[in-house]
Amino acid sequence: MRVAQTAYARQQRVGMTGNEAVAYAVKQADVDVIAAYPITPQTIIVERLAEYVNNGELNAVYIPAESEHSALSACVGAALAGARVFTATASQGLALMWEILWIASALRTTIVMALANRALSAPINIHCSHDDAYACRDTGWIQFFAENVQEAYDLTLMAFRVSEDKRVLFPSIVNLDGFILSHGLEALYVLSDDAVKGFIPPKEPVYPIDPERPMTYGPLALFDYYMEFKKVQAEAFKRVYPVILETFGKYEEISGRRYSPVKTYLMEDAEVAVVVLGSSAGTARYVARRLRAKGQKVGVVSLTLYRPFPAGDLAKALRGLKAVVVMDRSYSFGSPGAQLFMDVATALYHERERPLLINAIYGLGGRDLMPQHVEEAFEVAREAARTGEVKEREIWLGVR
Amino acid sequence: MSVRPLSWRELPAAPVITEAGSALRYKTGSWRALRPVIDRGKCIKCLLCWVYCPEPAIIRGEDDGVEVDYDYCKGCGICANECPVKAISMVEEG
Repeated sequence: MRVAQTAYARQQRVGMTGNEAVAYAVKQADVDVIAAYPITPQTIIVERLAEYVNNGELNAVYIPAESEHSALSACVGAALAGARVFTATASQGLALMWEILWIASALRTTIVMALANRALSAPINIHCSHDDAYACRDTGWIQFFAENVQEAYDLTLMAFRVSEDKRVLFPSIVNLDGFILSHGLEALYVLSDDAVKGFIPPKEPVYPIDPERPMTYGPLALFDYYMEFKKVQAEAFKRVYPVILETFGKYEEISGRRYSPVKTYLMEDAEVAVVVLGSSAGTARYVARRLRAKGQKVGVVSLTLYRPFPAGDLAKALRGLKAVVVMDRSYSFGSPGAQLFMDVATALYHERERPLLINAIYGLGGRDLMPQHVEEAFEVAREAARTGEVKEREIWLGVR
Repeated sequence: MSVRPLSWRELPAAPVITEAGSALRYKTGSWRALRPVIDRGKCIKCLLCWVYCPEPAIIRGEDDGVEVDYDYCKGCGICANECPVKAISMVEEG
């Protein structure tokens, strides 16, 4: 982690779980409305926020909804009314919110949601897969992936600023790996309340709800206008990426911590690499470092941003490689590749020279990604690089 | 419709109608396949059609006589179904 000396002075070093860090960031962001329904592994986020509201540390309306569907619906209404809004969920809860996700984006609400990634049933599981994050990839939400507790805190703050930026006006999801980050206790630096206040300007509603001036939000638009409204939304979403880059830059100025949609590690002269989302990036880097010591030219690419997908910057990061293993913590049945794999393959398609691609399925339902699993992935990539062909397009790491 | 359809570049950021009551300008009469025709000789002015019309596209006169507002009537036929004296018949649109 890069932390400038000046930034050290203004920040406090604390120990928090990922859930506590997200809740602390939301409190500092001074939200107006929280509507939520408890679900493991995010429950502690909304429990902590309920405590903040109850003890007067946070002046917000707390709506304990009767379901996630209602929770997100309440968030949409509150956001349209002009409130700064937060919710959190996971897995089945996210699935129950799903139809409202589209509405939240199309109505250009600026809700920030924490998603403590958890596998979808069946069988019932409460641990980490990225099924839930992938399930909202097409809904028009911005999606960040935290790699550790510090990032969960930082990205939550940045999500508010990005979403509420007048050039953006889209809701954001901050993904943190269930249990691994949501319940993992780590040391992190937190900004002062004043620094956060300066970083996230007061929210200005776009189409505020006003009883004196009744309006219709989300009316019927059939074959006559639906397509035009989707084009408006599509073009607007294309303008999000530069604002995220700008926000990362502004955040570095106050925190000393540098963010980038695509993070590269030991990639300068790498011949093979893995691409990964979330907390597994650390394990992958640890393995890459060890293999480098043995003379293997391996590197790691991890993504902080999943939507909008940083296709151009990712393709640049993978330029010149011989083989790449794309790691997916989910599975897409009948698909030509799991979800991240398809995005990476699409991003690379327009390159003149493309690396060989292998899709590695790992960590489903919280199965630990051990260093030997990443070693296996690198070995498969090295073999493909050596022979010039991919033996198996899909491999499962750590499955019995 | 005679109104020029707008391109996406002319639309607001979100599907929001900022003016109240604009649905009045959305004439739904063209959706109709069957048109209700009232036989004034049979009508007993009970107003059940006026009560049941979901639009509402039954216009109530001062003497409780009724007329159909064909600008908005979608031809659902509820009025004809509810009329206790069968004074409303559904006639195919030409």
